[in-house]
Amino acid sequence: MVIEPKAITAFIGPSGCGKSTLIRTLNRMHEVIPNAYVTGSMKMDGEDIYAPDVDPVKVRRQVGMVFQRPNPFPTMSIKDNVLSGYKLNNNRMSKSEGDELAEKALVGANLWNEVKDRLNLPGSSLSGGQQQRLCIARAIAVEPDVILMDEPTSALDPISTAAIEDLAVELKEKFTVVIVTHNMQQASRISDMTAFFNIAGTGMPGKLIEYDRTEKIFSNPAQQQTEDYVSGRFG
Amino acid sequence: MTTTASNLQAAASLPRWFTPAALVTAFSLAMASFTLTGFTNADGAPNLVAVAIVGFALFMVGTYLISRSVEGRRKATDRMVTGWVTAAFAMAVIPLVSLTWTVVEKGLNRLDAEFFTHSMRNVVGEGGGALHAIVGTLELTGIATLISVPLGIMTAIYLVEYGRGRLAKSVTFFVDVMTGIPSIVAGLFAFSLFLILLGPASAINGFAGAISLAVLMTPVVIRATEEMLKIVPNELREASYALGVPKWLTIVKVVIPTALAGIATGVIIAIARIIGETAPLLLAAGFTTSMNYNPFEEKMMTLPVFVYTSYAIQGTDVQSYVDRAWAGALTLMIIVMVLNLVARIISKLFSPKG
Repeated sequence: MVIEPKAITAFIGPSGCGKSTLIRTLNRMHEVIPNAYVTGSMKMDGEDIYAPDVDPVKVRRQVGMVFQRPNPFPTMSIKDNVLSGYKLNNNRMSKSEGDELAEKALVGANLWNEVKDRLNLPGSSLSGGQQQRLCIARAIAVEPDVILMDEPTSALDPISTAAIEDLAVELKEKFTVVIVTHNMQQASRISDMTAFFNIAGTGMPGKLIEYDRTEKIFSNPAQQQTEDYVSGRFG
Repeated sequence: MTTTASNLQAAASLPRWFTPAALVTAFSLAMASFTLTGFTNADGAPNLVAVAIVGFALFMVGTYLISRSVEGRRKATDRMVTGWVTAAFAMAVIPLVSLTWTVVEKGLNRLDAEFFTHSMRNVVGEGGGALHAIVGTLELTGIATLISVPLGIMTAIYLVEYGRGRLAKSVTFFVDVMTGIPSIVAGLFAFSLFLILLGPASAINGFAGAISLAVLMTPVVIRATEEMLKIVPNELREASYALGVPKWLTIVKVVIPTALAGIATGVIIAIARIIGETAPLLLAAGFTTSMNYNPFEEKMMTLPVFVYTSYAIQGTDVQSYVDRAWAGALTLMIIVMVLNLVARIISKLFSPKG
């Protein structure tokens, strides 16, 4: 499977088929769970990120992630949250550099106008949709190559969802985006490529069934299972 | 057609003055019955506890019966249970209030400037003070805190963030055991340790007392910190890892600041617990009447030991020793109260807002 650069790739499939697990292996986040392991290889720009001498922390600086439930750091202000990728790593920057960077990231996440005069308030004082955009701003502030989104809108209302979907379409001009969603319509709305996963039965492992351009998956898929899923016969 | 709304209507309810009126009636009846039938003490007054119990019983029975006939069974049961819970609360609070009142009343006698500025050196009767004890308590508690807090917090971080195997399990087990060590055993441990290290002449010193306090304090700090670290939601750690922050920096800059309010409160509560320990200090830090600012040499006096010795070993003028004991107890209580207030303030200041 080859993820297209500067495009949005969606992982769809029924519950429990392994989409979230797979996306976590894209930046080695599964390793925070003890006893989790992978087999096979995954290459980014030709380099295997699972090679023995590769530092997972460095991988995660190039592959950022946004989670299902917004998780801004509660002890930090909005501005510090955006800059946390730098501040937590003890990267020094002058105040003006920090202000510029925060503004750029917040503009990129479509949140600047709403928070520009309350940057010092705590990060958890925003609404759900705003918090999720704050998390996106935090992810893009460190300028990764890839942004992974694990069901970023499933905890949000339709208006915030629309805002984040528009944001994802803007982001793909600069970043490669991979998004896991259990909402098929979302995948058909915003993604360029779609991968469909399925499981044989409860408790069985999931597998990749089909991976192709979004228009093809949703109108004329090659596999019968894909056809059944996108037409709503199960899922 | 009759409406079905009658199923929803509440039964009549008793007026609001019912409960106080019932209380007054019940207790007066009890008081009257005791006095009139002659069940009294020698001086003609009935035993107040008996009156209270009988009055309470009358109140409960009367309330239940009247309420049941007017309001229905559910409300009557509600009133009964309210009565029981209130009585239980009163039984728990009365000793506390009585204790506080007694200590304040008896300790205020000697809470004067001399008490806070003099030691007991050369004092056999009136006068004297507890300055040596106060300094001793503050110094030894401070040293114990300096030892247990870093040790405790780092152990808790290991147990929560890193420990997976057998070492973590045995550490948890031993911490559980240590929370139950009787304080005099901790004192014996510290005393014998210094006896072996320094010999009988200098075994008893302030530092030995501080060690025994640290032994008692560390497991409390570990438990409290562990609980606070576990409460930090895992999503915060994941958010930090996803930004490419290494594990130790995540702990130092995300987990600990989020848990800081709880950890600070736990530490202060641990301090408040050990500040009143008498038995280990009696053994390991000893008894003296003079000022001693140096915890590493010579015996050191502490407030709880001061209270004990003033009460137990009275000289010629019994009343002044007893007065000093109560004043020492009051000082100790005030210090603990201040510590608890500080804990609340810290908790408010440092908790994540928003």
